[in-house]
Amino acid sequence: MDVLGILIPASLFLGLLGLGFFFWMLKRGQFDDPDGDAHRILRDDYDDTPKG
Amino acid sequence: MTATFEHAHPAACPACAAAPLAESMAAKPVIGRLMLSLPGIHCAGCISGVERALLAVPGVSDARVNLTLRRAAIDASPEVTAKMLADLLAAAGYEAHELDAGQLASSAADQAGRDLLMRLAVAFFAMMNVMLLSVAVWSGAEDATRDMMHWISAAIAIPAVIFCGRPFYASAWGALRGHRLNMDVPISLAILLAVGTSLYETMHSGEHAYFDAAISLCFFLLAGRYLDHRTRASARSAAQELTALEVPRALRVTAAGEETVSVADIAIGDIVRVKPGGGIPVDGVVTDGQSEIDRALMTGESLPAYAGPGSIVSAGEVNLTGPLNIRVTAAGRDTALHRIADLVAVAEAGRNNYTSLADQAAKLYAPGVHILSLAAAIGWWIYTQDLRLALNIAAAVLIITCPCALGLAVPAVTTAASGRLFRKGMLIKDGTAMERLAEVDTVVFDKTGTLTAGQPTPFGLDEHAPDDLAVALALAQATAHPLARALVAALIARGIQPAAVSDLTEVPGYGVKGRWRDQTVRLGRAIWLGADAPDHTATFVQIGAAAPRAFGFTDTLRDGAAATVAGLRAQGKRVMLISGDSAGAVRRFAAEIGIDEVIAEALPQDKAALIADLAAQGAKVLMVGDGLNDTAALAAAHVSISPASALDAARAASDMVLMGRDLSPIADAMDTAVKARARIRENFSIATVYNVLAVPFAMAGLCSPLIAALAMSSSSLTVSLNALRLR
Repeated sequence: MDVLGILIPASLFLGLLGLGFFFWMLKRGQFDDPDGDAHRILRDDYDDTPKG
Repeated sequence: MTATFEHAHPAACPACAAAPLAESMAAKPVIGRLMLSLPGIHCAGCISGVERALLAVPGVSDARVNLTLRRAAIDASPEVTAKMLADLLAAAGYEAHELDAGQLASSAADQAGRDLLMRLAVAFFAMMNVMLLSVAVWSGAEDATRDMMHWISAAIAIPAVIFCGRPFYASAWGALRGHRLNMDVPISLAILLAVGTSLYETMHSGEHAYFDAAISLCFFLLAGRYLDHRTRASARSAAQELTALEVPRALRVTAAGEETVSVADIAIGDIVRVKPGGGIPVDGVVTDGQSEIDRALMTGESLPAYAGPGSIVSAGEVNLTGPLNIRVTAAGRDTALHRIADLVAVAEAGRNNYTSLADQAAKLYAPGVHILSLAAAIGWWIYTQDLRLALNIAAAVLIITCPCALGLAVPAVTTAASGRLFRKGMLIKDGTAMERLAEVDTVVFDKTGTLTAGQPTPFGLDEHAPDDLAVALALAQATAHPLARALVAALIARGIQPAAVSDLTEVPGYGVKGRWRDQTVRLGRAIWLGADAPDHTATFVQIGAAAPRAFGFTDTLRDGAAATVAGLRAQGKRVMLISGDSAGAVRRFAAEIGIDEVIAEALPQDKAALIADLAAQGAKVLMVGDGLNDTAALAAAHVSISPASALDAARAASDMVLMGRDLSPIADAMDTAVKARARIRENFSIATVYNVLAVPFAMAGLCSPLIAALAMSSSSLTVSLNALRLR
């Protein structure tokens, strides 16, 4: 059962990482225009200097 | 198939073929933030085309299209105006409208949505982790291991429950302070009692802890709240967009010339010029010029009225023929238009006594749950004299009966249903509108602008002599009057050649005259030609000294109007027509579309009174209207719908807005509403069945945390899936 001492913190850490990543996406506005983003990758003009 | 084709080949989108080529621009300072509405865009090629066209304009530093909202946001220097960009896009083949960025206060609404989403994410994270730890307990962990799992669960669940449950605590506290009970009171109590007794049990190495139940309760209920919020937010932003489309501007005449100013800057006594075809932005008195004005939105009359010096005009009317100068008597919030819009707010207050299905359920549910749980606690305490056990059982009863599924039952269905209606072109503005629509048994339509498209077409052209038609065509081509334009379109479609009329001159407010074969020929109003005015819209043509001949006009039916009326009658609804227009015009129209019950020449008060009478007789009335004269009736009706072309006040007063020109979504909406109500009832039954099955276990003290978790998740999943059947 000693392995629990590693596995529980590890699973919590990974969970928190996922949560942090979700917050980051929310802040970056990745849920603002789902339809547009789906179409944008199908454009045939390529942007050589993409904005950050 | 079509959709796939369009996506794979952006150039197949017709608008894109006309789009200009790319021209990159050096970045300029970001000053103005402009908004454009782009109702026609739908593919990747459109996004590229619009962005390229906008970026090619000198002064534009950034342009970003949002396809979900069908808008473009533009950063540009101050000399670039939204009107300029809209015209440019229109020339490139994309329909574009200027949006008033000030009206689109979307950031505030977004903030609330993000806040809920963040709480939902935290609840999901905490629920998943606590559930994993609980699996160890359920599968038989004992002694120190079980205590450790409980303590870790507590460490995750307690902060998570405090953070995620805030919306419920706030609402429950508000209700309790107002001496009321709402759904959030048992929710908050269950969460707090579950966490409290679990913490106590954990401290004393107890066997059962309900941390997982408390946090999953939060998660499911937050999911319901989020769905609810998203439905409302998308409807609200679309409604705001309709408002923002009307940028209020006026042309002020000063000593230095004419200048375009915002209506907010107009003062009483200013002179405002209104060009033909333009809307009148203020209340005032005509000082100069002669014209005809269209009062359809204000009174429902389809017959244009004469306006000359001294005539009183009000905001919301449309100037048809000649330019008018108007001395302002009231502007902005003081206009007649706004005063009536304010009256609507009063009428609306009367409708708020509708109790939604969710509230009806909550009224039965909240006290029942508390009594059950209290009874269980007292019973067990008397029986065992063990307060700890009694509290544990009370907490279990509260968790089992907690309205997880009830919290999802209504939002899941309304989200699915309004998503379906939105795709068909109908916007639901009010949360309970769908339920009210399902109860409707009487439908009252307005005529002008609602069942009709507001575009006149001439009738009975066969009765006229070829010379009359040719002369009328030549005269009508000389003016931009809407009746004349309709006449031109109809006559050209019949293959008539215009007569050789010379010396064409327009007499603003009256008509057009010219010379043909040495005779004076005139086309215009009845009074000008000395004819008797008929009871319907008409224009007259006169050749020399001959008697004037009338061209009668009827309004064209709106797309889907006849099918909608027929569909509603087939559903067994009572259909009525009420209009401010003249009796003859209304009766002819009603016969054409198949409505028997007709009320003509109705004043705005008459319309509202009719609705009130019907309601007093027990009818549930759906009012469909667009004008200012309908606004009071729209607000008084059980549920109301207005087309997108309606006046701002009418749209504000109605529960649903039709986005397109077509009326047929109304019959669909009725159908969907009835189905949605059935689903909501089914969902309530499902949730109740789960409760009825689980409550005896809980009261008998047999309910382990595992049973609670299973019952909660499976009932929530069942109601969500049942709701999705509606899509």
